[in-house]
Amino acid sequence: MSTERLFSVRNAWFTTSVTTVVVIAVAAALAGFIWLPRLQTNARIAGVWDAICSAAGVLRPAPATEQIVQANYRTTSVVLAPRMLRNASAESIGRGATLALRCTMCHGARGLSQANSPNLAGQYPIVIYKQLQDFRSGARASAVMAPLVTDLSDQDMQDLAAYYAYLPRLPGYHPASAGPAPRIVVSGAPMRNIAPCGACHGGLDNKTGSAWLEGQPAIYLQAQLRAFASGMRHNDISEQMRNIARQMTPAEISAAALYYGSQP
Amino acid sequence: MLNSRRLILAHFWLAFAGFGLALLLGEWQMFIRSPLHAWIGDPEWYYRSVTVHGTAMAYVFPTLVAMGFGYTITEAALKRPLVGIRCAWLGFGLVAVGTVTAVVPVVLGLASVLYTFYPPLIGNPFYYIGVVLVVVGSWIWVALMSINLYLWKRDNPGRPVPPAMFANVAGSYLWAWTAVGAAIELLFQILPVALGITSTIDAGLARVFFSWTLHAIVYFWLMPTYIAYYTIVPRAIGGRLFSDPMARLSFALFLVVAMPIGVHHLFMDPQVGSGFKFMHSVFTALVALPTLLTVFTICASVEIAGRLRGGKGVFGWLTALPWRNPIMLAVAFSFVMLGFGGAGGLVNMSYQLDTTIHNTQWITGHFHLIFGGAIVIMYFAIAYDIWPHLTGRALVSFRLMRAQLWTWFIGMIVLSFPWHYVGILGMPRRMAFYDFTDPAIAPQAIPVMMSVAGGAILVISGMLFLAILIRGQRAPRITPDEYRFSVAVHEPRTVPLALNGFGLWLSLMVGLTVVNYGFPIVHLMSMPGTAVPAVIVGAGR
Repeated sequence: MSTERLFSVRNAWFTTSVTTVVVIAVAAALAGFIWLPRLQTNARIAGVWDAICSAAGVLRPAPATEQIVQANYRTTSVVLAPRMLRNASAESIGRGATLALRCTMCHGARGLSQANSPNLAGQYPIVIYKQLQDFRSGARASAVMAPLVTDLSDQDMQDLAAYYAYLPRLPGYHPASAGPAPRIVVSGAPMRNIAPCGACHGGLDNKTGSAWLEGQPAIYLQAQLRAFASGMRHNDISEQMRNIARQMTPAEISAAALYYGSQP
Repeated sequence: MLNSRRLILAHFWLAFAGFGLALLLGEWQMFIRSPLHAWIGDPEWYYRSVTVHGTAMAYVFPTLVAMGFGYTITEAALKRPLVGIRCAWLGFGLVAVGTVTAVVPVVLGLASVLYTFYPPLIGNPFYYIGVVLVVVGSWIWVALMSINLYLWKRDNPGRPVPPAMFANVAGSYLWAWTAVGAAIELLFQILPVALGITSTIDAGLARVFFSWTLHAIVYFWLMPTYIAYYTIVPRAIGGRLFSDPMARLSFALFLVVAMPIGVHHLFMDPQVGSGFKFMHSVFTALVALPTLLTVFTICASVEIAGRLRGGKGVFGWLTALPWRNPIMLAVAFSFVMLGFGGAGGLVNMSYQLDTTIHNTQWITGHFHLIFGGAIVIMYFAIAYDIWPHLTGRALVSFRLMRAQLWTWFIGMIVLSFPWHYVGILGMPRRMAFYDFTDPAIAPQAIPVMMSVAGGAILVISGMLFLAILIRGQRAPRITPDEYRFSVAVHEPRTVPLALNGFGLWLSLMVGLTVVNYGFPIVHLMSMPGTAVPAVIVGAGR
């Protein structure tokens, strides 16, 4: 027994097991990489090598005859990461405060609006930064905001975001008292693929890039949801808000807007 | 001869304590998602619970059982004390500390990423560090199994390795290699993001690495069960093992074909080519080989027991079997569940049929039936069999044990069959609530409530199991006989070199892994622009 060698062609266990495994693997590869792809009638497989590349998952360019349809509107180019723009310096906040003087007409002296414009005090910095970027690139259209952001540098936008994030969240102007949270905010609508508003926008949880909505003017929120639903507003990353707003009923839109608008 | 009784008991008790808690969470999850309960206010709690349930049941519980059983086998089969007992305690400590480290951030809501990690979701780094500690602790066990076998072989040249030890070391090697995929994913992809070093992750590549671990880990869970089939069952029911080489061959084949098959979890993933999906499908089908070898060998061994007990005729041996023996009952239930689960698995592994049930409750039903049913019921049997040898006290009430095994079997069938059914109807898994008032899914309400009832039966059974073990710790002292494993009909004097070691089978395992995973991994790593921004869980907290 001590003279028996395992890894030797004379050992029947070695030759049998290796041969069996190799035969199965080769047969499976021939079937999976050559035979099956060539049975596909719609895959535009040109030859054997083409079939192998296709089955191996190698990316291939689309045929030249196929037209790529481009959207006739611009979408956002901002990429958000969870830890972006945290821990702003005092200098950045100070510069932001100076730059913010031009925003006071609509967004209030300390970021609290009485004009149904969004309250910016205490908003997450990446939310403000992203919207400024989108206004400048045209991904989000606004006749008022567009001229105000054209001369802002990337650093200016970061400073503005830092300043507004630094301001304390104070109660805005609330004509109505808060009722119980509507179902759309707490549970969404699972059969229509609507996640709860609160799962991203506060109440239950906050997700990267989602705005803090509590205390925002209800009219503004309602207008934005309608704009997302109609496609007028299209700067949401991966079409998340458009997909949600399209599925919402008008009653749900106003319930969600009124609820968030009446929160402290 | 069991010298390391405290060590082994520590493993089993930690395993079963975690199992008991995770079992309660599982039933809670089913209840709050069912029509019996209003929609959960904060779905986050559901996902925390799923993460803890999965982490405890999939990583901690079976790993500790395999480790504890492995130490038992080393001492009882090799008939010598375990070498490296301090290292073994270190391994146990790492698993225990790792478990706590992983669970705390999940409970705090900082890592509800589910136990399958789901990048680009990224949780608190301590969750992943905890999982890594559990794996490192188990790798110490792998090394100890290997060293103990090596030392025994050195002292007993040319003698056949006892089949229990052969199978045990096969299981440990399978785990060592299968854990590599998830370890690479955790150490090189997820942890750098979780620690804030990078902010993007190639989720497709991460899923490929996880699939490396994800399927073979099931065979690692299965190993203690198969070892019990071959080395405990025939002895416990008064029979003999039908064939010793067949047992060895089954475990060797598990090493070879368990690994290169994980991509069948990625049939719907676009980043892997269809050719590789087909190859993995083929090798998944080959797992039937060691499984059917086992079914045949164990049925033959049980038949030997039936005939030794005076059973006659084609079916007469069945009635002659010791049905009042808990081990007999457990193996019968285990085979029934393995049969149904395996049949369901044929759907999962076929590229086309999988599209119907992918990510539905069918999948949940499938792995609960296989793991929670066929595998775990044999963990119970293993515990019942070795408990008197560990505690030096008798487990007296066979009636309670039978009740426990019956309730587990019934509970698991009532739990998992409706899950399979609603899965075919299209019910997605891993959602916190369902609108059963909608006519489209209203028909799923009754089966869902049935599986809640099945879960409740399982909770009763699980508590009964713990009660039996606790009672066993306080029973009168006895002096148990030496712990023995099954004897084969023809005890081999020598075995072929290939079946007395692992060189050949490990080479084939690694070779097939390279063939089936090499290109997809290298291809994805070399492709630019595949990383996406991570989504940090609990970033708002």
